Amino acid sequence: MIYLWAFLIGGLICALGQLLILKTNWTPARILVSFVVLGAIMQVCMIFEPLKKIAGAGVTTPITGFGAGLVKGTFENIDKYGFLGIFTGGLTAMSAGIAVAIVSGLVVGMIFKSRSK
Amino acid sequence: MNKQEYAEYIKKITPKSKIWSSLCRAFIVGGLICLLGEGLNALYHMWLPSYDQTQISALVSSTLIFFAAVLTGLGIYDKIGYFAGGGSIVPITGFSNSITSAAMEFRKEGIIFGTCANMFKIAGPVIVVGVAVAMLCGLGYFVVGLFL
Repeated sequence: MIYLWAFLIGGLICALGQLLILKTNWTPARILVSFVVLGAIMQVCMIFEPLKKIAGAGVTTPITGFGAGLVKGTFENIDKYGFLGIFTGGLTAMSAGIAVAIVSGLVVGMIFKSRSK
Repeated sequence: MNKQEYAEYIKKITPKSKIWSSLCRAFIVGGLICLLGEGLNALYHMWLPSYDQTQISALVSSTLIFFAAVLTGLGIYDKIGYFAGGGSIVPITGFSNSITSAAMEFRKEGIIFGTCANMFKIAGPVIVVGVAVAMLCGLGYFVVGLFL
């Protein structure tokens, strides 16, 4: 059942992104930024966790999961370490994804040449 | 014809069905990527029973990011993106694609000043805004926590 919801909710979030592209002519960077902020807001409003229970990767795979993860990590680290958690929490929670993105981007960028479009 | 008239003209000649078909394509491809994420999630839970959900989620994201980078290098992700539009941008794979394609594009300017300096041209704002928003929320959470 969670697979169906992952597909439906994930697909809907992506369709919303496509709608934004069509209606506003936003660049991919702005779309990504908006969805990160949306994810962060959803996490603060406590909508994100219940959605995650239903749809799993359907909400964590879209970039909304990145924003939500940053906020979640920040809150958790504040509970654990107090004031310092405000600064350490977000990037700690997202460190794996960012590190893999940097390294794989670097390696692939060094191996493959950009194709002319 | 000024800009506004041109925008209205474009709106008039863009067929409605085209909008629906592009939304459907974004929905299907985006949904499939999320489905893949959910599948990886189950697979990792089976392989690594000692890991908790947070660690599994990090592994799933990392896997998707890695595969998207390789597909970008092979030129396949661009083809998916041409078909799916937002369906390939909004998932975390789109984040990875934006880093890798910038890394490839600026390779000709050298590894340090080309690739390394320009990798985060599109993904940079995402991290900056994300961290700033998370810190702001954290500050609010901390202050509220002091009074409760």
